[in-house]
Amino acid sequence: MSTPPPDTSTLDPKQAERDAIRDVNADYKERFGFSDPETGYAYKAPKGLNQGIVESISDYKQEPAWMREFRLKSYRHFLERPTPQWGADLDQINFDDIHYFVRASEKASRSWDEVPEDIKKTFDRLGIPEAERKFLAGVGAQYESEVVYHQVREDLEQQGVIFVDMDTGLREHEELVRAHFATVIPENDNKLAALNSAVWSGGSFVYVPKGVKVELPLQAYFRINTENMGQFERTLIIADEDSEVHYIEGCTAPVYSTDSLHSAVVELIARPGARIRYTTVQNWSQNVFNLVTKRAIAEERATVEWVDCNLGSKVTMKYPAIYLMGEGAHGEILSIAFAGAGQHQDAGGKIIHAAPRTTSSIFAKSISKDGGRSTYRGLLEVAKGATQARSKVVCDALLLDPESRSDTYPTIRIDPPDANVGHEASVSKIGAEQLFYLQSRGLDEEEASKMIVNGFIEPVVKELPMEYAVELNRLIELQMEGSIG
Amino acid sequence: MSPPRQANLQTTNKKRKRTKNMADLEIRNLHVSVEGKQILRGLNLSVSKGEVHALMGPNGSGKSTLANTIMGHPALEVTEGEIVFKGEDMTEASPDERSRAGLFMAFQYPVAIPGVTVAKYLRTIINSHRESRGQDEIKIKDFAKLAREAMDLAEVPREFSSRYLNDGFSGGEKKRMEMLQLGLLRPEMAVLDETDSGLDIDALRTVAEGVNRYAGPEMGVLIITHYQRILDHVKPDFVHVMFDGRIVKEGGADLVGELEAKGYDWIKQEAGAAA
Repeated sequence: MSTPPPDTSTLDPKQAERDAIRDVNADYKERFGFSDPETGYAYKAPKGLNQGIVESISDYKQEPAWMREFRLKSYRHFLERPTPQWGADLDQINFDDIHYFVRASEKASRSWDEVPEDIKKTFDRLGIPEAERKFLAGVGAQYESEVVYHQVREDLEQQGVIFVDMDTGLREHEELVRAHFATVIPENDNKLAALNSAVWSGGSFVYVPKGVKVELPLQAYFRINTENMGQFERTLIIADEDSEVHYIEGCTAPVYSTDSLHSAVVELIARPGARIRYTTVQNWSQNVFNLVTKRAIAEERATVEWVDCNLGSKVTMKYPAIYLMGEGAHGEILSIAFAGAGQHQDAGGKIIHAAPRTTSSIFAKSISKDGGRSTYRGLLEVAKGATQARSKVVCDALLLDPESRSDTYPTIRIDPPDANVGHEASVSKIGAEQLFYLQSRGLDEEEASKMIVNGFIEPVVKELPMEYAVELNRLIELQMEGSIG
Repeated sequence: MSPPRQANLQTTNKKRKRTKNMADLEIRNLHVSVEGKQILRGLNLSVSKGEVHALMGPNGSGKSTLANTIMGHPALEVTEGEIVFKGEDMTEASPDERSRAGLFMAFQYPVAIPGVTVAKYLRTIINSHRESRGQDEIKIKDFAKLAREAMDLAEVPREFSSRYLNDGFSGGEKKRMEMLQLGLLRPEMAVLDETDSGLDIDALRTVAEGVNRYAGPEMGVLIITHYQRILDHVKPDFVHVMFDGRIVKEGGADLVGELEAKGYDWIKQEAGAAA
């Protein structure tokens, strides 16, 4: 063995870094960042929002009157509410420069063959049909405002499992939808939830009957193609008594120089003894504002778990919440945020104990690199009467360089004296001694950093199904090599 | 010899590639500072494959600094002199380049890498070395066999493969992990940093057994230690005594006993008289 002569082309570390970033950008562009022509689009609303646009969305979908009323009421709330000023900078969003409704295809297909060729090609490139064949119980694929493909395995359908896009859900299961829609997140909850309630389109409606356990995950895949697009999907999942379901969503978008807005509302209802796990791998390109309201209700003995991984977007504000409403309910939030150059990940979670003997945990990990900023914002509340509650909150931040930033805002409010609540927070810099140790065994600095970061997020990653763990590790590696998008 | 000529000769030596009479690891006139403070002040040392060297000295003489400098710790600045390994100047090389060239340091206090399992870690470092030799990644099956054998040999329980590296390990367990890696990477030059006097006797014995297991014509060993205890188990061919950033006395294994009997004070006095 001998040391090879130094390769002078990579001697300048700055140049090497620029090369790496260029390669990675090329990689995101190739894998996710491509855009397709808008040929054959059925409808594209002009930019901007007014009452006429809201009405036309409702007309287009031929909705019942109560939904149209709901939209208009929500629109008024949206106008009245100020833009939140307590978190990331949202004043950069120009609400008049966004297309609020874009229909790429006339209908949601149940066969990939029926999906328009261009769109099918997109999802082929993203590997969705293949994933469906391999390890999923059902797939929904949303392209722009609407779901273009939806399928659930026949055996589950026979057991009464409903997994359709929300528009279809409203048409075919109107009473079920009407009884639950906006009961967890009302239209006046916050400005962005009001916006979603006014212009929502797409998303999933899931109902799992009593006692039915859906072993394989249901997956929804969200894709924005159009520039200056607003995507406002609406998801409602109801797990009836003693049932189980795991729902996974993934998101990507092309790389554009102008901004898009993604503002979803997700409501989960876990009936007594039910179990819902909701996993997100968010990989929007870095021109997307991702402002999402997610909330769950857990009744007696029910369990709700949010696994929330935020890697992409320009700005994310998202704090999945769990209301433990029934005795013995359990809630868990696992959160990973990775903020690279130009990104602000303002994420966290909220858990409210509202019944006796409820238990919960929040486990948040954030990584900041190249001047990126991550914020943990959390709430743990044990309300009056929620006796013998137990909870643990751990939030760890890892800073990869001195330019990056991490802030933690944990709020804890406890009423009953017998609550057992633990809270730990740490901020660490990537350790020089750890790097030296790994390098002294032959890993170069980048490999060594990746290994430390992968180890840091491992407690969350190991909760993911294998396919997603692999994907997440890969995305983290791409982030480590440079900025994506 | 006139001074200009000497300077010339040194330049020629520097440029010359490996020669017959050059040791595998040559440390020449090494000056090292940490945060502006001079620690090593012109240290010379040669170690070749097949030899076991012991470097001893009182606390604060710069022993640990030497070990870390050989491995390229980024906080240590070489202000003068050079480290040559197998005829290649390694003075400015990164720690990973040194490792892939065949240098190894067993850490006094191995650090923990939470979240990274022993198995994943070992496979990664093996593959990194294979890659530098132009070999493909090791097959999972081959790795499993290799790792099992090495773990058994180093007396690391097999269930450790799913534990996080050094995370919550005892002092002795960490040392066994270091010896396990020595066995897997098979370096040509191993530096063992055992400067701390607080190590328990089991940990020392583990290191000694590891050295005895792998030492041979294909590996040179430099044991850096304060006390002679580890040298009860490993017999050095050469002993060097360090004081104030330099080597001030050299000899054979019998020097160990002398140091044990007389302590370091006489060395300090001798060094003081010489200066």
